[in-house]
Amino acid sequence: MILFCSFCLAIRPARATCGSVTAKPEPLHETAVARLPEPFLKWFAGKGWTPRAHQLELLSRAQAGQSTLLIAPTGAGKTLAGFLPSLTELAIRPKRKPGQAHRGIHTLYISPLKALAVDIERNLGKPVAEIGLAVAIETRTGDTPTHKRQRQKLVPPDILLTTPEQLALLIASGDAKRFFEDLRYVIFDELHSLVTSKRGHLLALGLARLRAIVPGLQTIGLSATVAEPDELRRWLVAQNPPGNMAGLVTVAGGAKPDISILESEERVPWAGHSARYAIPEIYEEIRRHRTTLLFVNTRSQAEMLFQELWRANEDALPIALHHGSLDVGQRRRVEKAMADNALRAIVATSTLDLGIDWGDVDLVIHVGAPKGASRLAQRIGRANHRMDEPSKAILIPANRFEVLECRAALDANYLGAQDTPPLLAGALDVLAQHVLGTACAGPFEAQALYEEVRTAAPYAALSRASFDQVVEFVATGGYALRNYERYARIRRTKEGLWRITHPRIAQQYRLNVGTIVEMPELNVRYVRSSRGLAGHGGRVLGKVEEYFAETLRPGDNFLFAGKILRFEGIRENECVVSAGTSANIIVPSYAGGKFPLSTYLADQVRAMLADPDRWSTLPEQVSDWLRLQKEKSILPKRGDLLVETFPRGDRHHMVCYPFEGRLAHQTLGMLLTRRLERAEARPLGFVATDYSLAIWALDDMGALFRAKKPSLAELFDEDMLGDDLEAWLNDSWMLKRTFRNCAVISGLIEKRFPGQEKTGRQVTVSADLFYDVLRSHEPDHILLQATRADAGAGLLDVGRLGDMLSRVRGRIVHKPLERISPLAVPVMLEIGREQVNGGANESLLMEAAELAGEAMGQA
Amino acid sequence: MNFVPATVAVPDAAELVSIAGERAVCDARGVLYFPEMDMLAVSDLHLEKGSSLARRGALLPPYDTIATLARLQEALDLYRPRIVVSLGDSFHDGEGASRLHPAFRERLEAMMAGRDWFWIAGNHDPDAPADLPGDTVRELAIGTLLFRHEPSRIPVEGEIAGHLHPCARIVQRGRSVRRRCFASDGTRMVMPAFGAYTGSLNVLDRAYAGLFRRESLMAYMMGRDRVFAIAGRMLRPG
Repeated sequence: MILFCSFCLAIRPARATCGSVTAKPEPLHETAVARLPEPFLKWFAGKGWTPRAHQLELLSRAQAGQSTLLIAPTGAGKTLAGFLPSLTELAIRPKRKPGQAHRGIHTLYISPLKALAVDIERNLGKPVAEIGLAVAIETRTGDTPTHKRQRQKLVPPDILLTTPEQLALLIASGDAKRFFEDLRYVIFDELHSLVTSKRGHLLALGLARLRAIVPGLQTIGLSATVAEPDELRRWLVAQNPPGNMAGLVTVAGGAKPDISILESEERVPWAGHSARYAIPEIYEEIRRHRTTLLFVNTRSQAEMLFQELWRANEDALPIALHHGSLDVGQRRRVEKAMADNALRAIVATSTLDLGIDWGDVDLVIHVGAPKGASRLAQRIGRANHRMDEPSKAILIPANRFEVLECRAALDANYLGAQDTPPLLAGALDVLAQHVLGTACAGPFEAQALYEEVRTAAPYAALSRASFDQVVEFVATGGYALRNYERYARIRRTKEGLWRITHPRIAQQYRLNVGTIVEMPELNVRYVRSSRGLAGHGGRVLGKVEEYFAETLRPGDNFLFAGKILRFEGIRENECVVSAGTSANIIVPSYAGGKFPLSTYLADQVRAMLADPDRWSTLPEQVSDWLRLQKEKSILPKRGDLLVETFPRGDRHHMVCYPFEGRLAHQTLGMLLTRRLERAEARPLGFVATDYSLAIWALDDMGALFRAKKPSLAELFDEDMLGDDLEAWLNDSWMLKRTFRNCAVISGLIEKRFPGQEKTGRQVTVSADLFYDVLRSHEPDHILLQATRADAGAGLLDVGRLGDMLSRVRGRIVHKPLERISPLAVPVMLEIGREQVNGGANESLLMEAAELAGEAMGQA
Repeated sequence: MNFVPATVAVPDAAELVSIAGERAVCDARGVLYFPEMDMLAVSDLHLEKGSSLARRGALLPPYDTIATLARLQEALDLYRPRIVVSLGDSFHDGEGASRLHPAFRERLEAMMAGRDWFWIAGNHDPDAPADLPGDTVRELAIGTLLFRHEPSRIPVEGEIAGHLHPCARIVQRGRSVRRRCFASDGTRMVMPAFGAYTGSLNVLDRAYAGLFRRESLMAYMMGRDRVFAIAGRMLRPG
């Protein structure tokens, strides 16, 4: 019997021994034995199955009153383990007597994905019916119809499967207390992915609220392997006393995955991300396997790969495409076909990353470097969703640096290394949203709410001053110019309780709940080509970011949803397209979906570079490349930073190799060019990759470094993170974008601007205007604090840059060269190819406007 | 069109244009100056828009009025005009003037002192602003020029209007650039909105239909430090 859903796989035939599965429980104070009620035992026996050790372990801990984190690899039956405590308890709970009030929710299950909640409902329903449990299981997501939501409020199910946003809505309603007062368990699925974002902050605050309603509440966290389990253990329980942790049950990894790097007969290119060279070999692998899952890092890579595969697809194999911009109906069809084993291959981005099972996958191909060892492990876990059989995966590096990265990732995966990002302190904009939500549910007392908020791990260190500032912000905007008192959203009553001033405030809050702020997007509507913009009807293929659509001219061809499309124009909020031709195709660039190289992997790559003994595991063309670099220039030691300078064309170049990821390099590039400008090196531009940074200038920077005007040590001094960063940041588009997100999350501006559509003409008011005004009149406003904190941690990777600068202090090696070095080739090839993103955008815009202006001036 | 006569000093940030034969300076700060008449026009200040939205629960930074006035002050200091025309929607709503912070009111009054100041009625502020000096008029004819808030639907030689908040967009090297602009075909002009919280509407939008002769339309796009004169054929909608 072969079963593929993760629920059923939790339970293996009794005759198969537990083999690789070993629960390694922390010592438990009281020796507890899991109590499995009779109907469960019977059911197991009837199936010829036996519960796994970690499932029983988790059950006994839960029965002893403990909150627990379960860490297990994919396919270990996490889901059933998570639900066993609830199901067993519900099995023996006395029935509700006729006439007795309806009981509240017993168990809340929270997952990061709507689809996952739906999946669980399906998978949990079957055994519950077979065991004969009278347990009501329901989902509540953004798709749940209103009448069902209302009914759920009146007659709550025993188990409610939902998302963080829905929880925020539930606790912000007036009847939250009644709805949750019988709550026993909260199960967090895929906890490792929930906690690393602002969604996790909102969820942590929601959990704190639930604990305030039901002090005896127990939590169960389900997670893939993570670097710092203690962070998650703290997250699950009240930080009172600080440092409090949930129990831990760890299931050791399953069979070692069988991972290889594609040894291509073809030449691996210096730069680029398409991996086009490997298409024939990838296609061959697809033919050789039943079902292949192909992962890429970005949506544009997905489109490109899909297109190339179909070009090679002589046998017309069913190959599908799946990414987050596609129309949801199309995505569901692909998922269904996958579950039915009707596909031979699927090209996907991270939308399929999390734990949903999709049929009988026997090969995972990862195109491009995985950027993080943990991410690689997660994606490979996708293949052969059975823990005791090795997963099979092939990595396809798209360029030579990626060969190094893949090799390093591969070693890391074998070593079981983990590099999940560290958790960040709770964001203040999220807290503002929560404070308003709390007030929507009922009046609150500031001191009590402050104490409650601090029990949430991300906010454990929150100062009372910051909390009060947030409350002020929610009330009146918190501006030094106190002229909004009469428009306050919440106001303190005589009894000292904060209360919303108008029911409208609660309505507005409900429309704006959540922490996911979308980029403005346009529907892509497909019409018959002869009709052009006038054409009506046609189906929606998905969404593209507005800024991409804006750069297209009618007649431009671009790749989307696996099709070549001809851009006809923008009509209202739609991007109208028709069938295109294959000439001059533009691939949409998306803002999201690019992961920077993880710190851990970066270190591994540096180590590999510095150690010629390890090159034997690399393809010959790559090790030759490194040998050539050693001959012509230098290969930096693991802890060193190599800076090369050389002339090329009529410019002078400087290339350095920090290996800290594109975001940190971009920030470094901005700051270095500012400094070089001051040193009168006349820098012209820079380009950053995951591995290196190239800056070009009119003057010979090498000569400047030798003359110590400035020295390299001065140039790379950490003090660049002070005033220079501040000055640049304030004007940076990144900060403006971050501000917009913070403004929406905190409730300063609404997701949909009121009055915007009222006039029928599209007057666009941008959040940038508010940013500019606020920055010049109240630079210390709490929302700007939140914005800077965000930008520093995310888009700019300032923390990582700071670590790098301190790491290389006194270890910067300058190598002046006559010509470009082998190691510099990849980044130099990106010049002119890579669209300059980031702060350079502003100057590029300026330049474009000037060009147009000059042209006119001469006319 | 772009010659600079010796008698008119055009600041660096500005572009000299001609509207119905009258010379005017389009300034990157968003004001229009008529040297012959020593008159400065500004449109759609939308003062107190922040507090207007705050009444509906959007607690936007309450510094839009002071930010707008500070920029206006800068333009006044530069041109020192004898006459100032505010082309309507000077306040975001009818009660805007009465909500002015006393310090901001004082500042505005100081700017008005010693000048002829005309408030042209707009759709947001049809009545005279409360307790402020200056003359409130529906429209104002001076020489060959006619100043009013909403542009008329028919061609009107010499009309200077606001209301539509024009912006223009070009695409250069695959990048899109959108800026507020002065829109003119040489016979009439629609001025950009000046207020700190004002949005904008593309000059190619339907709302402008019939206003300009398309072949001679120019968008004077506001750069950071200067105005860029862009021919209508280079502009993109959206």
